[in-house]
Amino acid sequence: MSGVSFEVAAGAALILRGPNGAGKTTLLRTIAGLQPPLSGHIAGAHETIAYAGHADGLKAMLSVRENLDFWAQVFGQNDIEPAIAAYQLQPLQDRLAGTLSAGQKRRLGLARLMVTGRPIWVLDEPTVSLDTDAVALFAAAVTDHLTANGSALIATHIDLGLDAGSLDLAQYRSAVDLRIGASDEAFL
Amino acid sequence: MIALLRRDLLLALRAGGGFGLGLAFFLIVTVLVPFSVGPQSDLLTIIAPGVLWLGALLACLLSLDRLLALDFEDGTLDLLATAPLPLEAALSIKALSHWLTTGLPLVVASPVLGVMLNLAPGGFVWLVASLALGTPALSVIGTFGAALTVGIKRGGLLMSLLVLPLYVPTLIFGAEVARRGATGLEAGTPLTLLAGITLATIGLMPFASAAVLRMTLR
Repeated sequence: MSGVSFEVAAGAALILRGPNGAGKTTLLRTIAGLQPPLSGHIAGAHETIAYAGHADGLKAMLSVRENLDFWAQVFGQNDIEPAIAAYQLQPLQDRLAGTLSAGQKRRLGLARLMVTGRPIWVLDEPTVSLDTDAVALFAAAVTDHLTANGSALIATHIDLGLDAGSLDLAQYRSAVDLRIGASDEAFL
Repeated sequence: MIALLRRDLLLALRAGGGFGLGLAFFLIVTVLVPFSVGPQSDLLTIIAPGVLWLGALLACLLSLDRLLALDFEDGTLDLLATAPLPLEAALSIKALSHWLTTGLPLVVASPVLGVMLNLAPGGFVWLVASLALGTPALSVIGTFGAALTVGIKRGGLLMSLLVLPLYVPTLIFGAEVARRGATGLEAGTPLTLLAGITLATIGLMPFASAAVLRMTLR
């Protein structure tokens, strides 16, 4: 990918679109500070970004409440009740995360964003395995976040009904053939 | 930091096998030794310090490949890397929780196993002291190995090959303390060197671990 350039103002959201393999995940991980960019730069500190990738970072042997409590403490926050309420997790809060369905886990993973207290949300396919009701909960949570002067960068394929700009990554696709030698299976 | 330590210890308790696995392995290795070398108590007295140290070292190695792999698979490491907690601190806590669940039980159990191997009476204090001072280094070095191999499928064996050579100084001085203590020689010098190695690894290794983990997370 090359030549990508965009800006997201406080209180605004940007939806990233693009076919599979267009580089959405790579771009989001780079922005979140998990890997350095090959060239160019990212304005804005990593400390203001809350990242949510394909995996939710949940522990199966901890309850919903304990999982959220842990992440709230890591990010120096105390109040997890708004996050539980926003994703309607009250009836599930004492269940072990390992016993949740995929969609319920996803809701818990998204609730984690609210306990980080960070203004910029960087989300990679947040609506995977969510039903329509849960997508509406998520859209409402993002809208609330934007109203509170936060901002969001979301890679998704579905229409969230958000008032947000959209950027198609397909046009920036690099012509270079990236053939990465995966040697994990060469030994053992 | 305390939240991470508490979560790791809670997981070790709930998932089961967290505390007991390394300890059971240590027990079995030391029980097997009299079977394999024969029941001559004189010979056992001579080899006891070395066998106990080797057993403790292998037991420490046993649970290392799960130390970071579980957090890597469920995405926790990615999220920790973007959290306000520095990765160096997070990995120090990981090493500490590994020591509390693996190293500390070994230290506590070692006198009992010393009796089984007919360890000389004067050696018990030195054995416990050397394990208490040496096993933290094993956990910290092991965390480095775990960070190095975390993205690799079935990286456990590769990690053992990378970590075991780094355990050599700790093993030499740790076993030397126990041996000298058991034979009634002065053991202060190797104990000081062992403490020096442990302090140096605790001080430096988390930075190396965090650096390689940032690379493996890419």
